[in-house]
Amino acid sequence: MPEGYVGGAQPRVDGPLKVSGLAQYAGEFPAEDLAYGVVVSSSVAKGRILRFDLEAARATPGVVAILTHKDRPTVTTDAESHQDQAAPPGLPFIPLLDERIVYSGQPVALVVAETFEAARGAAALVRVEYEAEPAVVDVAQRRDSAYDPPEKRDGVPPPPPPRGDPDGAFAAAPVKVSGDYRIAVEHHNPMEPHASTVFWRGGKLVVHDKVQGVTNTKAFVVNMFGLPEDDVRVLSPFVGGAFGSGLRPQYQLTLAVMAALRLKRSVRVTLTRDQMFTFTYRPDTLQTVALGAGPDGRLQSIRHDAIACTSTYEDYQEAVVNWSGLIYACDNVSLSYRLAKVDTATPGDMRAPGATTGVYALEAAIDELAYAAKVDPLELRLRNYAERDQNDDKPFSSKELRACYERGAEAFGWSRRSPEPRSMREGRDLVGLGVATGCWEAMMQPHSARATLTADGKLEVACATADIGTGTYTILAQIAADALGLPIDDVAVRIGDSSLPMAPVEGGSWAAASAGSAAQMACAALREEILKHARAMENSPLANAALDHVVFSGGRVARADDPARSISYADALKSAGRERIEAKADFAPDEEFQKKFAAYTHSAVFAEVRVDEELGVVRVTRIVSAIAAGKILNQMTARSQILGGVVMGIGMALHEESMPDRRLGRFMNHNFGEYHIPSHADVQDIEVIFVDEADEANPLGIKGLGEIGIVGAAAAVANAVFHATGKRVRDLPITPDKLL
Amino acid sequence: MVYVSGAPGAVTVSLTVNGKPQTLSVAPSTTVLDLLRERLHLTGTKKGCDQGQCGACTVLIDGRRVNSCLQLAVMNDGREITTIEGLGAPGGLHPMQEAFVAHDAFQCGYCTPGQICSAVALLKEGRARTRAEIRELMSGNLCRCGAYTNIVDAVEAVMGAGASQEAAE
Repeated sequence: MPEGYVGGAQPRVDGPLKVSGLAQYAGEFPAEDLAYGVVVSSSVAKGRILRFDLEAARATPGVVAILTHKDRPTVTTDAESHQDQAAPPGLPFIPLLDERIVYSGQPVALVVAETFEAARGAAALVRVEYEAEPAVVDVAQRRDSAYDPPEKRDGVPPPPPPRGDPDGAFAAAPVKVSGDYRIAVEHHNPMEPHASTVFWRGGKLVVHDKVQGVTNTKAFVVNMFGLPEDDVRVLSPFVGGAFGSGLRPQYQLTLAVMAALRLKRSVRVTLTRDQMFTFTYRPDTLQTVALGAGPDGRLQSIRHDAIACTSTYEDYQEAVVNWSGLIYACDNVSLSYRLAKVDTATPGDMRAPGATTGVYALEAAIDELAYAAKVDPLELRLRNYAERDQNDDKPFSSKELRACYERGAEAFGWSRRSPEPRSMREGRDLVGLGVATGCWEAMMQPHSARATLTADGKLEVACATADIGTGTYTILAQIAADALGLPIDDVAVRIGDSSLPMAPVEGGSWAAASAGSAAQMACAALREEILKHARAMENSPLANAALDHVVFSGGRVARADDPARSISYADALKSAGRERIEAKADFAPDEEFQKKFAAYTHSAVFAEVRVDEELGVVRVTRIVSAIAAGKILNQMTARSQILGGVVMGIGMALHEESMPDRRLGRFMNHNFGEYHIPSHADVQDIEVIFVDEADEANPLGIKGLGEIGIVGAAAAVANAVFHATGKRVRDLPITPDKLL
Repeated sequence: MVYVSGAPGAVTVSLTVNGKPQTLSVAPSTTVLDLLRERLHLTGTKKGCDQGQCGACTVLIDGRRVNSCLQLAVMNDGREITTIEGLGAPGGLHPMQEAFVAHDAFQCGYCTPGQICSAVALLKEGRARTRAEIRELMSGNLCRCGAYTNIVDAVEAVMGAGASQEAAE
């Protein structure tokens, strides 16, 4: 058996199921009594429904029900019942509530039939007559009505108050830059469309939902439909990507539950790819960054102002500008964040929400400052290195960003970069090298876990958390295997089930640190149990052994000073007459530690691009992402997390843009043919480096990795494009037309 | 209501799926993808877009890689279909499936069966010799988790193993 699994490169324990097609996702669970629901979406963006013509749809053989606002099961309509764990302030959208249309693509009917084909065919025959009103979907048209959100969103820190004299310092600064930056609306587009399969079990519901937190879906269904807690169980063992789109229960869930309750049978509702553009998205955000510095590039003033769009019915908020007061040392800072309402669905958290947006603008501006000051962009970042969190006036719990810059630069070959834009070429291509910094908060949430050892020496760890591709199954198995000294094949991990010990939604990069700590605590409690039984055995060789004088290894507990004196777990259980023993633990973040320290992950991202100037085409030929994120549990899945973030960052920089039509109030390019996510051909060489970083926020030293990979990636690419071409494109994505 | 023989509009098709002959009564609009997933419960073949843009539904029809969402079942009467379940299962994985696990060539796993079917056919086509060619010829299979570099590593490893095996023979 290896020394330990934690820290190694452990292939995914759920890998064989995934590569053989046996892993089942929300829309794949079969039921004898299954009916299929297909959603009809609104074709107008604002107004009201005047009437339905359902005759042709009803006449379709196999159709069993058509739900509309006029004909649906009762739902609780008070706002609080619809709040979910990730809801922002406001009144959540309820599908089929009434005749009002508040965004294009809003669900207006659900056609339920015996077969998918019949439901799809009939859905196309539903005729809806609307009274349409003009809609505004472009945040730039609402700039003048921007407001400071009166109610702040839980867990999202508003911008810190200004410090120093940012305006005076900017006016006096010998070197200054100022620019307007914009990112496009991006849709999460996990490969698995959102789906819910609701099993009707004699009045009780078993819900297979595509969601990042089964407990969130469960509470939502219980509250919305006024059902007893025990009547609803939610399962989500596998999630086909989410990136934030599964944080909040989405409308297909509500519709599937409505239909199941109405028909008293099992119902599946799966959204189409087009409909994946009819709910949460990364908000279009207008940003202005102004930086003032000395001739040496040392920052004297930072001002960062943002206006982000939100829906008419909720005030979605994320931390966009705070990063600008955190990443670099500067005594004069002013930050502002406002919202403007547009007629779309409420935006939502998408991978590193806020940071992806704000750090892009900051890091592009820092690059502009480097050229203005004639200082190497990497050197300028080192000169402004923050040794302390000036937003909250706290020391960092750990920060090895300097090592990221150094090791990243070396691996990337930053020294070969010639300073002038347009100064590097290869053949007919312009070559550009860019760098950016990334940052994300290292968060934790209360989680519970249970560890169960059976007489056959097998261990199970259970927690209601999720694995959305992140590797949760694998890291929990590693932690548990190490804690009890078992081969990893003897450890089973159960997650994604609302009947398991409590976990909130998996998001914010907190799952590994939180669920991992809970699992470790549960295993530690189980060790005590094992020892208790081992000591109680007749003539036990461990009779007087204390917990810190024994080791747990190879399925045995042994004296550390005399490993020959040992007892197998199986014997300990047998002598106690137990088939199984279990231990449960509740983990909560250390509040004292959090009060004392600021905890963040950091990265240095280096990008190389080649630009064909005649065609305006940008190719990202190389990325090096150097990460400081505490203890790395699994070199393999951790690397994949960063690769994924970088690839999404390439998409943000060059491809991804949901284009609103101002006249129709609709995102026009609602498919993979027109909303481009990176494909194989767009992704060449990516190198990931993890620098050593010791952190004490939790016993394992974990900081989390889901978000940090994307933060700064788009800026690194955009900065490389400027270095290649001398053209500063401040509004993403950098499509060929902007370079021609 | 399943389209049983004699139901209005129902059509009977006979296919071989993973070596097993199947005769089914289907709607004329039933795609191969929906037939596999909803009728045969072979949900390893994934629906990512249902319009031929993502490759998640890739299966092998008579040995060639095909987007099964763009194929009507009735067009494939008499054909032989291999899905991910037909390539291998835990305990007896296909070398490409093994390589995907070994190279961590997936995260959420949803595009994975399509990637693997596509990669198996790619090697049979014999057109890819370099990483750049693998990338180009695998570009019909999207992966939102961004596992692309690891997928190319996995494909290259199987391709290399095949080449060295050929050389040895």
